[in-house]
Amino acid sequence: MSTRSIVAVSAGLSTPSSTRLLAERLGAAAVDSLEIAGETANLEVVELRDLAHSITDAMLTGFAAGELADVLDRVTGADGLVLSTPIFASSYSGLFKSFLDVVDRDSLQSMPVALGATGGTSRHLLALEHSVRPVLTYLRADVVTTSVFAATDDWAGTGGGQVGDDGLAARIRRAGSELADRVAARPARRTVQDPFGDVPSFETLLGS
Amino acid sequence: MQFGIFSVGDVTPDPHTGRAPGDTERVRAMLTIARHAEDAGLDVFATGEHHNPPFVPSSPTTMLGYLAGVTERIILSTSTTLITTNDPVKIAEDYAMLQVIADGRTDLMMGRGNTGPVYPWFGQDIREGLNLAVENYALLRRLWTEDVVDWEGRFRTPLQGFTSTPRPLDGVPPFVWHGSIRTPEIAEQAAYYGDGFFHNNIFWPMSHTRQMVQLYRRRFEHYGHGRADQAIVGLGGQVFMRANSQDAVREFRPYFDNAPVYGHGPSLEDFSTQTPLTVGSPQQVIDRYGAMRDQVGHYQRQLFLMDHAGLPLKTVLEQIDILGSEVVPVLRREAEAARPADVPANPPSHAERVAAHRQEVTA
Repeated sequence: MSTRSIVAVSAGLSTPSSTRLLAERLGAAAVDSLEIAGETANLEVVELRDLAHSITDAMLTGFAAGELADVLDRVTGADGLVLSTPIFASSYSGLFKSFLDVVDRDSLQSMPVALGATGGTSRHLLALEHSVRPVLTYLRADVVTTSVFAATDDWAGTGGGQVGDDGLAARIRRAGSELADRVAARPARRTVQDPFGDVPSFETLLGS
Repeated sequence: MQFGIFSVGDVTPDPHTGRAPGDTERVRAMLTIARHAEDAGLDVFATGEHHNPPFVPSSPTTMLGYLAGVTERIILSTSTTLITTNDPVKIAEDYAMLQVIADGRTDLMMGRGNTGPVYPWFGQDIREGLNLAVENYALLRRLWTEDVVDWEGRFRTPLQGFTSTPRPLDGVPPFVWHGSIRTPEIAEQAAYYGDGFFHNNIFWPMSHTRQMVQLYRRRFEHYGHGRADQAIVGLGGQVFMRANSQDAVREFRPYFDNAPVYGHGPSLEDFSTQTPLTVGSPQQVIDRYGAMRDQVGHYQRQLFLMDHAGLPLKTVLEQIDILGSEVVPVLRREAEAARPADVPANPPSHAERVAAHRQEVTA
């Protein structure tokens, strides 16, 4: 059985970043669940901060270059994604959206995705549902039901784990397990070798 | 192998002075540049077609018709002719007229245009861009090769017993290229008809260009026009040269940093690594462009973007001189030495197409 690849993308800006921490934990929870189910999986964490200049360049020039091009290949070729953003001014961060804007529009189709967001207070928690989730729905990704919002005080909570506990750790486990289920239900993704393999023949184009 | 220049005809302020040329001045500069390209020994001048400021060349055959009268040797072409928003009947007429006036010293490059608002100005819908390119070109070919055409399609009024005049020179239409940067269907179209494929790679990494050209070559062979390596390929290019490479970088940087397309984005150095932009000595340009055929195989036409981003006319003419005297003779010699004997050196000339046509008719 091939090793499943989970890529966790963090749009966090500070160091250390709670957005990155959330992305890592969500990714690790998915990997744990896959391993319990008998699959092998690896986790790669991508920090958009390191790619911020390249993302802007890609928006201006129309193509992704260098490390960004490699990251885009790994993101679109993953078996499952975690996407984690800070909530700024009641929505995803500009860097997070800019990254999604340079991802090829069709390349996340049916991709299993778990969403995470961080913010100062839990009053922003529905931003995940009203601003982040619709973007992924537009991209026709397969977004799991549980998304995880972590406010500052969530990080101070207990480890949780008891039955009925709805603390941050329990929510992360639930979202990770949902992501793992979606990943396990699919055959392993393979990066497309020939990007023009599905170009229709010209007779077909003439006839349409 | 042919070398030439292609112009988008942009009106851009010179970042040093803030001054932009007027439309009249810019059009006349393009005429001067084209004539200078012939004098410098280049093979091709191609003009873009645009219908919105800051671009001036809206009427390519008017410009190329004038140039046909004042030049003797240079091939006059387009980069590109909008096959989507122009009526194919008008393209058939205009370019046959140009071909006759220029005595066969013309070819043209089909393109879809990438400016959404242009489509409705000409009564079309950008969502139909690809279908327009397919249907319009199929009609254009019939108008050139059949004397009397009955036709019905989706995008224009039907034709009954229509004859496009003048008939193409010697009964053989001009050679056609299809230009596309990222639409594989256009490479497929070029391959299907055995036409040329031009990849304007100036804003793209070579890895992408290679994939598109490979697709065209593979499909060219599939459709029975010859071997993949015999397909007719053209590439774009972008250079700025001075004898001393540091001088080239220092002089070009403000134009790069403020250029309409990539300005205020990546650094000159990064962009030079990622795309074929080469700013340096003539030898650096020779090295970079001589290596292009390692990526795409022997190709037949290399066009350079020279007059853009607000560069003064005087500078553009100097660049053309350097290209013609120091760069192109070397590249031409190297390409010819490396070319397999049964791979065409150049795109087919009018005389070659007439000869091939006569052979077909008598066969």
